Amino acid sequence: MTSQPFRLNEGGSIDRSREISFSFDGKSYAGHPGDTLASALIANGVHMVARSFKYHRPRGIVGAGAEDPAGLVQIGSGATADPNTRATEQELWDGLQAHAQNCWPSLKHDLYAANDIVSRFYSAGFYYKTFMGPPGNWMTFEPIVRFAAGIGKTPDGPDPDAYETINRHCDVLIVGAGPAGLMAALSAARSGARVILAEETAEAGGQLLSLPESGDGAITIDDKTPRDWIAGALAELASNDRVTVLPRTSAIGYYADNFVALWEKVSDHLAPKDRNPLLPRQRLWRIRAKEVVLATGAVERSLVFHENDRPGIMLASAARTYLHRYGALGGHCAAVIANNDAAWQTAFDLQAAGATISVISDSRHQPDDALVNKAAERDIPVRLAHQVASTGGRHRVKEITIESETGNIEGFDADLVAISGGWMPNVALFSQSRGQLRYDDDLAAFRPGWHWQRTHVCGSADGAMTMAECFSGGARVGAWAAEAAGCTANAAPVPELANVGPEPTGISPIWQMVTTEGGKKAFVDLQDDVKASDLELAVREGYRSVEHAKRYTTVGMGNDQGKISNLNAFGIISGAQGKSLPELGTTTFRQPWKPVTFGAIAGQFVGADFEPRRTTPMHDWHVRAEAIFEPVGDWLRARAYPRPGETFEDAVQREVKAARTDVAVLDASTLGKIDIRGKDARTFLNRIYTNAWSKLAPGRCRYGLMLGEDAMVFDDGVTSCIADDHFHMTTTTGGAARVLTWLEDYLQTEWPDLDVFLTTVTEETAVVSLSGPKSYDVVKAICDDAGDLAPDDFPFMSWKDAAIDGVACRVFRISFTGELSYEINVPASYGLWLWEKVMEAGAPFGITPYGTEGMHLLRAEKGFIIVGQDTDGTITPFDLRMDWIVSQKKGDFVGKRSLYRSDTVRTNRKQLVGLLTEDPATVLMEGAQIIATPDEPAPPVPMLGYVTSSYFSPNLGRSIAMALVESGGARIGETVYISRKGAKPLAATVTETDFLAHFAEKADG
Amino acid sequence: MFVITCPYCGERDQSEFAHAGEAHISRPRESETMTDAEWAEFLFMRDNTKGIHAERWIHAAGCRRFFNALRNTATDRFLAFYRIGEKPPEIDDVVPATPCGEAVGSGNDAVKVERPPEAGR
Ligand SMILES: [Zn+2]
Repeated sequence: MTSQPFRLNEGGSIDRSREISFSFDGKSYAGHPGDTLASALIANGVHMVARSFKYHRPRGIVGAGAEDPAGLVQIGSGATADPNTRATEQELWDGLQAHAQNCWPSLKHDLYAANDIVSRFYSAGFYYKTFMGPPGNWMTFEPIVRFAAGIGKTPDGPDPDAYETINRHCDVLIVGAGPAGLMAALSAARSGARVILAEETAEAGGQLLSLPESGDGAITIDDKTPRDWIAGALAELASNDRVTVLPRTSAIGYYADNFVALWEKVSDHLAPKDRNPLLPRQRLWRIRAKEVVLATGAVERSLVFHENDRPGIMLASAARTYLHRYGALGGHCAAVIANNDAAWQTAFDLQAAGATISVISDSRHQPDDALVNKAAERDIPVRLAHQVASTGGRHRVKEITIESETGNIEGFDADLVAISGGWMPNVALFSQSRGQLRYDDDLAAFRPGWHWQRTHVCGSADGAMTMAECFSGGARVGAWAAEAAGCTANAAPVPELANVGPEPTGISPIWQMVTTEGGKKAFVDLQDDVKASDLELAVREGYRSVEHAKRYTTVGMGNDQGKISNLNAFGIISGAQGKSLPELGTTTFRQPWKPVTFGAIAGQFVGADFEPRRTTPMHDWHVRAEAIFEPVGDWLRARAYPRPGETFEDAVQREVKAARTDVAVLDASTLGKIDIRGKDARTFLNRIYTNAWSKLAPGRCRYGLMLGEDAMVFDDGVTSCIADDHFHMTTTTGGAARVLTWLEDYLQTEWPDLDVFLTTVTEETAVVSLSGPKSYDVVKAICDDAGDLAPDDFPFMSWKDAAIDGVACRVFRISFTGELSYEINVPASYGLWLWEKVMEAGAPFGITPYGTEGMHLLRAEKGFIIVGQDTDGTITPFDLRMDWIVSQKKGDFVGKRSLYRSDTVRTNRKQLVGLLTEDPATVLMEGAQIIATPDEPAPPVPMLGYVTSSYFSPNLGRSIAMALVESGGARIGETVYISRKGAKPLAATVTETDFLAHFAEKADG
Repeated sequence: MFVITCPYCGERDQSEFAHAGEAHISRPRESETMTDAEWAEFLFMRDNTKGIHAERWIHAAGCRRFFNALRNTATDRFLAFYRIGEKPPEIDDVVPATPCGEAVGSGNDAVKVERPPEAGR
């Protein structure tokens, strides 16, 4: 154990019987189970762990938990690399490897520390001024700032760890298991409530763990030591099956309706070899609590003085925590700087543990006499009404000078400076809950005011700064919360406390220590290097609102969110404006309370579980055929079926050719399908489609276009009349859910009088779509009594019931290709069977499966639109030049009035046309801009429109494209030009969109 | 994350619902006689109430029914849930105000902190 020079022989929660090894920045050290990385480093005499963000100044360990501002390290490497981990929160495990961040080439010899020398260039608003200044500024600085400002290394691969999300309801959620939280849990549990108690650290007890267990200053609770009392309380809670105690669990967000997110670190404290592979690394608990009790404790705030940022300068409470909780002595020679009583006990405890106390310097004139006497008894030099003037030491504090009111300066040795600016209730969660804060002059801090949700606060979080109040308040509030949740209050008895030491009372607030010399390097925010002078400069430059001053100076914007420093910043900002602190207000406390991993937020919803893919009944066949797939809406669809040695493009060309020469088959099961029933079904269709549905006879089908109320094309598809009161609607694959909700909206809210019922039947039916001159040959080969289905007896846009080997099916003569087509609908469970049957029966006819890319190309040859590709939410049916689909005779329909708005009747709107390039081999780029001149003029260039669909058509032996072009209909036959980057625009002729007809006419003519 | 009470199913987590815009905007029956300006009022214009606001929700992962809710947008609290076709219930002024008169939770600086009575007016 001698390897840990600052480790005490006894005391604390560490297990001295086991020594474990870890490394920091490549050097090996020893520690014990129960240590944090910070406590183990302190036991080894290491205080400097990082460099600051802006000036790369040495940064040490300042706090002992989540409040620590700048002790950020990198844990691990590779895919599990974890940057910006707080050394104070990382529990030690055997083999842990940590590295310093934000330094280059090494922590001790960081070349970027030169930033410190040029620090005047990095004053308040540096980033603002650089961003907002002359345009060249940011370009010049950006690469330098980026490299210098990198904090930590991101993982280099997908996160291999597992995470999970758990949802829970409870009567009472208690956040924080210090004395108040434990008492609240005992009371709520005794009252019969379902309780969840979340504790941020590994061990319940809070400040009780930072007290001596024996000797001077050792308190007793019901005659027990604090640890024995805590063990008893935990045992009682463990015996109650309505209570869940979650250690290593932080409440990171308090949202509406008492929804609180808890973040549990399940395995991070264990060496990888000791982790249970069945357990996740971390969990996110989503708690809905009837009542929430916040026992989040208080945070000590730092003191702002010249050179207050050297490693070895830490919060007095942290020095005490390292001493009593971890058995690690912060230094051999300590100076204690305070403005309240509690910090004096730190001096006494450090001395009792073997440290020399070089001075207690209190900014107050008259602290409690008892404390002054106690210090005298212990031969501790005391200086009252003194301020810190400066500190010395390169990578660690060595000395400190203090100044009296008369300007007398005195120096003291110190390798540890314990500072205390008083305690602030930890109101972050309370404020997140939208509770109001109230400034308390006695505490010189904000405390919870009135609450807005069903929130209760107790203990020091509520401003109760004495140990006795924490116990009694917790007991009382826990019972109240249980009662509010519907239980019968049964408060736990408040234990007897004895030998309680000085409490953080009698504060005289001090936001900044000002001495004769003045101090340029008085840091407020140690992570972002914001100095008192930066805040004053911001106020001088006109940033008067606290929110503006924060963003201008970046104070409190590091990942510690200024937990120990914000109030000092507000004090300085309000002082510079001559305002009171409550007049100035605070910045907003936002979720999360501290940085959370993306893994925990994603939970188990990663990979295939992030966005589940829907597949058709024929999917396995497509997989076996080695199809290339693409996501369409939620679906995974086959895009093409390349044969061995064939490229994707070649496959599409072959498939498309087959669909016009022989027969090709498409899995169209993903089309949205909605079953519409009711006596008013026709009326309904008339109102939601642009065309007329009154005369569609049973057995017939019709194409329809739906508009939004703004007259813009919304969806399209074929709807078939099954019976007078029964229709079968199809929608686009991606639009199915949206269309159903939209139809329901009209039915439920606008036309509740209509007798119409909608049922989604998309998944119920598998659809095999045959296309090509030989498609009837395949139908004839598989269908029972197929004579009825011959094209002559079975006209286009009609449907018939049929059967295949006795399996009932519906056959539609509808087509998205312009060829002879049959769409066979069977129950989904027969989908694969039908597909295989079709492939077998079609083999003699050269049947070719085709995918979505072929489908897109085939429909473009015919000039059919794809909603969402050739439309973009700003296109009316008239813009598509589909005037024929808008009924002029029927009554109102959705979008009708908007078709005649001044904007939609403009004649120069963009219209859909075809484009044929001069060079038939050139395929235009989709999205390319269209201009009117052969050469691109100097900007601004008037744009006529853009290309929406573009392909090489194997059936026409040339390229084809569709485009939205200003006044496109009037330009048929004209030449337009398609702009290209770094090349001359391409000439193209404007045509109608039906390219098959266009070239057929040409051939005929 | 709200708790929302579907008038048909009861209390459920917000994740089951989708917001569906302002409530009580009915589609004009005689749109053909409306001027462009009148039609635009229906089509585009929506209130941006700070205070009690009637809005539509759909129980998307539940009964799939639309319903209405009254929500105080200043405090982000629901005050009532009711069915389509029903009149919004009369709600008393339940908006608590801070000493400076701002509604709580409005995001205004003044509401994060209780101020001395003379300040912030
Ligand atoms: Zn419902």
